[in-house]
Amino acid sequence: MNGGQDLGGMHGFGPVVAEPNEPVFHAEWERRAFALTLAMGMPGGWNIDMSRFARENRPPGEYLAMSYYQIWFAALESMMKERGLVADDEIDAGHSLHPPKPVKRVLSPDDVLKVLHRGGPTERETNTRPAFKSGDRVRARTINPPTHTRLPRYVRGHVGTIERVIGCHVFPDSNATGAGENPQWLYTVRFDGRELWGPDGDPSATVSVDAWEPYLERAEK
Amino acid sequence: MSGHHDHDHHHDHDHSELTETQLRVRALETVLTEKGYVDPAALDLLIETYETKVGPRNGARVVAKAWADPAYRARLFKDATPAIAELGYAGRQGEHIVALENTAAQHNMVVCTLCSCYPWPVLGLPPVWYKSAPYRSRAVSDPRGVLKDFGVTLPADTKIRVWDSTAEIRYLVIPMRPAGTDGWSEEKLADLVTRDSMIGTGLAKSP
Repeated sequence: MNGGQDLGGMHGFGPVVAEPNEPVFHAEWERRAFALTLAMGMPGGWNIDMSRFARENRPPGEYLAMSYYQIWFAALESMMKERGLVADDEIDAGHSLHPPKPVKRVLSPDDVLKVLHRGGPTERETNTRPAFKSGDRVRARTINPPTHTRLPRYVRGHVGTIERVIGCHVFPDSNATGAGENPQWLYTVRFDGRELWGPDGDPSATVSVDAWEPYLERAEK
Repeated sequence: MSGHHDHDHHHDHDHSELTETQLRVRALETVLTEKGYVDPAALDLLIETYETKVGPRNGARVVAKAWADPAYRARLFKDATPAIAELGYAGRQGEHIVALENTAAQHNMVVCTLCSCYPWPVLGLPPVWYKSAPYRSRAVSDPRGVLKDFGVTLPADTKIRVWDSTAEIRYLVIPMRPAGTDGWSEEKLADLVTRDSMIGTGLAKSP
């Protein structure tokens, strides 16, 4: 979606300011919101692309006004409500008021380090061949899906060079809607600064994105 | 993505929406615990892991080893994920890692314009600025300007390569080894490797 999360190239946010000491968390609720989000992935049954969409799927003004973990927490609440795992009256009451829904698995303390160490690899076996090879010129397609996508607006319509064929990976645009993993070839595509930003771009800079094959078409130039 | 104006709950004195957030998070945790969806001990362990165990010291060890051990360096640039796993760092948000070599000719810098993708096993959780709108908006369009915000000025003939982490590939910058460190142990070298130097918004410290 063309939402508040797609920030590449926007103006007006001011300089990057690092905070002193940089604590990992800034309040106890941030710790709990972070851990709840990670722990609920297992019983909740959603995937990372659904989580990302739940975070970005709000009015841009709202997205930009919220702090990072406020966005995480709001997404967690909405994903649980959508699945009937929790209801508003329960959060208001601060207690469970309805019987729990059966869930597949709950994250036990014994499993935490194992689960983190395993992670969630996204590369998949395939018997298809990649359409592009290193050095090919490609254009990022002009697409504007209202659903989740990982093709940022600032590269759409622009021509770049395939730098690396990464492998076949879960396709977020499908995975986020529940349409399945639909693995696709993934490439690193490099763009010149001037191609992306015109005369305002830095001629000594290049920018790459990792783009799945459905995002790309062959370019002539 | 506004800044953090909240305080630790022990001395939270205003009745802001953040206080409401705090109450709501607490309420939700209670509900989920009562329903049996989460085990509070697992939550504690998740927090402890990312607050005290996993952090940029891991990445610094990888960089120091790459500086000191040519065979390791070769393995790291060939396929970083198993090379990093040799040191015990692997898993969530680091399933597919690529190491990027900074040289006098090319400086690499990593961003996630769409969210906050970051190589957790080697750098820990990202700092606030990495997740913030100023960095995510300008890293791709004005990387030299962003570097200036960090007090870094690169030679004009150094090319800048920005990596937008739009997929599940995570990028770790291997900064240039500072001069005057010949013969240093890996442990001593690791002290020169800053977190920002592994994102590409900084350089390694000079001895």
